[in-house]
Amino acid sequence: MPPVPGWSSDVMRPRPATFFRRAALLLPAILLLGSCISDAPMDSLDPAGPIARRIDGLFWLTFGVAAVIFVIVEGGILIAAFVFRDRKSRKEAKEPKQTHGNPKLEVAWTVVPVLILVALAVPTVKTVFDLTDASGAQMQVDVIGHQWWFEYRYPDSGVTTANVLVIPEDTEVALNLTSQDVIHSFWVPRLAGKRYAVPGHQTVLLIQADDPGEYWGQCGEYCGLSHSLMRARVVVMTAADFEQWVAGQQLPAAEPAFGSPAEQGREVFLSAGCTQCHIIAGVNDQTVQAAPNLTHFASRGVFAGATLDRTPESIARWLANPPEIKPGSFMPNLNLSQQQIDALVAYLETLE
Amino acid sequence: MTTTAINPTIYRRPRPEKGFWSWITTVDHKRIGKLYGYTAFVFFILGGLEALLIRIQLAQPEAAVVTAAEYNALFTMHGTTMVFLVVMPLSAAFFNYLIPLMIGARDVAFPRLNALSYWVFLFGGLFLYSTFVFGTTFAPAGGNLAEPISALGRAPNGGWFGYAPNTESAFSTGTVIDYWALGLQILGLASLIASLNFITTIFNLRAKGMRLLRMPVFVWMSLVVNFLLLFAIPIIAVALWMITFDRQFGTLFFDASLGGDPILWQHLFWLFGHPEVYILVLPAMGIVSEVLPTFSRKPLFGYGAVVFAGAAIGFLGFGVWSHHMFSSAIPPVAQAAFGLATMTIAVPTGIKIFNWLGTMWGGRLRLDTPMLFAIGFVAMFVIGGLSGVTHSIVPADWQQTDTYYIVAHFHYVLFGGAIFGIFAGLYYWFPKIWGRIYSERLGKIHFWLMFIGFNLTFAPMHWLGLQGMVRRTWTYDEDLGLGP
Repeated sequence: MPPVPGWSSDVMRPRPATFFRRAALLLPAILLLGSCISDAPMDSLDPAGPIARRIDGLFWLTFGVAAVIFVIVEGGILIAAFVFRDRKSRKEAKEPKQTHGNPKLEVAWTVVPVLILVALAVPTVKTVFDLTDASGAQMQVDVIGHQWWFEYRYPDSGVTTANVLVIPEDTEVALNLTSQDVIHSFWVPRLAGKRYAVPGHQTVLLIQADDPGEYWGQCGEYCGLSHSLMRARVVVMTAADFEQWVAGQQLPAAEPAFGSPAEQGREVFLSAGCTQCHIIAGVNDQTVQAAPNLTHFASRGVFAGATLDRTPESIARWLANPPEIKPGSFMPNLNLSQQQIDALVAYLETLE
Repeated sequence: MTTTAINPTIYRRPRPEKGFWSWITTVDHKRIGKLYGYTAFVFFILGGLEALLIRIQLAQPEAAVVTAAEYNALFTMHGTTMVFLVVMPLSAAFFNYLIPLMIGARDVAFPRLNALSYWVFLFGGLFLYSTFVFGTTFAPAGGNLAEPISALGRAPNGGWFGYAPNTESAFSTGTVIDYWALGLQILGLASLIASLNFITTIFNLRAKGMRLLRMPVFVWMSLVVNFLLLFAIPIIAVALWMITFDRQFGTLFFDASLGGDPILWQHLFWLFGHPEVYILVLPAMGIVSEVLPTFSRKPLFGYGAVVFAGAAIGFLGFGVWSHHMFSSAIPPVAQAAFGLATMTIAVPTGIKIFNWLGTMWGGRLRLDTPMLFAIGFVAMFVIGGLSGVTHSIVPADWQQTDTYYIVAHFHYVLFGGAIFGIFAGLYYWFPKIWGRIYSERLGKIHFWLMFIGFNLTFAPMHWLGLQGMVRRTWTYDEDLGLGP
C-alpha cells in the first residue's frame, strides 16, 4: 500500500458540525427501530414451535454470517472513503499507484464466498427436506382458501370450521392446502413459514405449537380487493381440551329456547337469504357451502376473515353492511332491519 | 446535407434543428437519450407520488387515507411504473447517449428504429396511465362493494407481477388488467427494438482497434443487459398474450378448474422477472464502474473480472427464477436446487463489489457528488445483496417472502442500487449532456437527503417484515404491534 501523503490527525477528525448533524439524523432511525420491538403477535423471530424455531435458527445463522460480511465490506468502504480521501493539503501530491488488479486477491474473494455459501447450503438443503416431509404428521387438516377467509376441514372427525384453526399442543399437524378461487398463502409466523393455497393443486404445510394459546396469521399472497383483511387465528389447546372441542363441534347447532330472540333469529336466518351460502348443521343441511359454516359460530373468537372480534356490536355492524367492512365481500348488504339484525345477533351468539 | 437537398426522399435526415418540431423528428442518439431521460423523470415523479400515498396510508394502523381498491391500484402502478417506465428507460437514456460516444460510432446502428423505440415506449407509458381515465374495475364476480371504485382506483390492480388466476376475468372484472397486459406488450416491443439496435451497434460500429475486451465496462454491461432484454421480453410477451387470450377469447391457460395451471403464470413471469432484476441493476453497475475509477484516480481494479462477473450474473439470472416461488406449489427438490442456484449469484456479485473496493483502495478519492452516489450505490447494494442471500436460505424465505423484508431487500437493490447508480451517472455526465457544471453544493444536499431518507424509509422495513407485516396490504391491525 502506498504511503498516504498529508495524513495527520487533525484532517482525519470530521468537522464537529457535520458529525453532529449526521448523528442527529440517526436518532430518529434508532427510535423507529426501538418502537418496532414490542408485543408483536406475528413476530417470526419469536417462534412458538419446533418448526418455526428451526427456521429461526437457520435465519440467525445466516444473519450472523451476513453481519460479519456486512461489517467487513461496509467497514472497507468507509475506511477507503476516509483514508484515501483527497485533501486540499495534498493537492500537489502525485497520482496514486496505478494498479489494474491482483490475481491472488481475486481468486481469494471468489473462493472464500463459495466456501461460506457451501457451509450455508448444507443446513439449508437438509432443513428444506426435513420440513417438507409430512410422513410423520400426527394429524391432518384440509385448509381451503376463499376470497377472503380460510376454511378448515378435519378429515378424521368430520368437523368443518372457518377463520379459527384449532389444533392440539405438541402435535405435528399437516395442513393440506388448496383454494377455491385465487392463490392464497397460509402464514402463522410463530408456528411455521408460508405456503400457497393454489387452485388445482394441493400443497402441504407442517405446523406445530409448544403451548396452548392464540397465534395470529394472515394470508401472505395478494389475493384481490380485500387481501389485507384475510387473516387467520390458530388456537392451540391441550390434548384433553382439543378432544372436548372436537366432540362439541361434531354436535348439531344448539336449539334456541322457545320464544326467545334467538328463535326469531333462526327464522331470519332461514328467510333472509343467509342459507344460500351458509350452513348451520341441524337447521339447513344443504351441500352447497360458499361461506363459513356457522354451526358453532360462537365457539370462535373472531369472524369475518378473522378481522373482527366476535362481540354483539361487531356482529351487528357486519350484518348491517358487510361490503363496507370488507370491500368486495361476497356477502352482500341484505338490507336487514335493525330488528332482524338484533335477532340474528342473539341467535348467532347461542351457536357455541 | 447537400445530397439530400438535391434528392429529397423519405430517407433524408429530418431538417428542423431547433424548437419543438426538432425534438419530434429527431433521430439523433443524444436527443433520443434525453427524451428517454426526461420522460422517465416525469414517470419517476408519478411513481414517487404513488409511493408517497402508500406510505401515508400505512403510517398508522387502520387508516383510511385511500380505499382498499385505490391502494391496490397504487401499489400495482407504483411497481409497474418504477420498473418499466423509470429504471428501464433511464437505462435506455444512458445507452442512447453513451454507447455511440464510448465506442466511437457516429450514432446507433439504426437511428430511425431508435426513434421508433422511444415513441413506442412513450405510447406504452401513456396507454398504461390512460386507465385512470378510461379503465373500469369492479368487485370480483359475485362480490359486492359499498360504493363504486373512485377514479384513483381505476388503474391496473393485479400487482406488477399480475398473478393468475387473480388477473383472470372472473376475479379482475372490468378492463384495467387488459390495459395493463397490452401496455406491457407495447413497452416490451419498445425494449425489444432498442435491444436489437444496441446489440448491433456494439458488435458492428466500434472504432478501429476497440476489441470487445477494450470496451468500457458500461458498454459491456449494456451489451449484457440488451441480451437479457432480447431473451427475457419474449417470455413475458407470451405470458401476457396467454392471460389476454384467457380474458378475451376464453382460453384456459391458467384456469385450474378446466385443466389450466396458475403456477404456469408464475414460472413464465419470473423466468422473465428475475433477469429483469439484472436488466434494472446492471446498467447502474456499469455506470459505477466508470465513476469509481475516475474519482479514485486509478484504473478499474480487475477489469476482466468485472466484465466476466457481469456476464455471469446475466447467465445465472436465467436459472434462479423459482426463488420467487419458494412458498408456491413446487416440490422440495426444486426448492433446494433453486436455493443453491441463487446462492451462486452471490459469487459474481461479490467479485464486483470487491473489485470496486479494490478500485477505491489506495486511490486519491475526490468525494464529489457522482462519487458519493457511486459509493452510496456500493454500500447500499451490499445490504441488498446480503439480504438476498438470506432469501436463498429457502426455509428462511418461507418466513420472509411476501413480507416487508422483501420490500426492504429489493428497494436496497433497485433504489439504493439502480437509482443511486443512475444518479451517479447523471451527475458524472452532466457537463457532457448539458454543457455546464452542476452545483456541487446542491448535488451534495441531494445525495445526503436521498441517502438518509432512503435508509430511514427502507431499513426499518427489514424488521417490520420479520415481525409480521405482510406486503400489499392496505391496512393492518392495531394489535399487530407494528404501528407508531
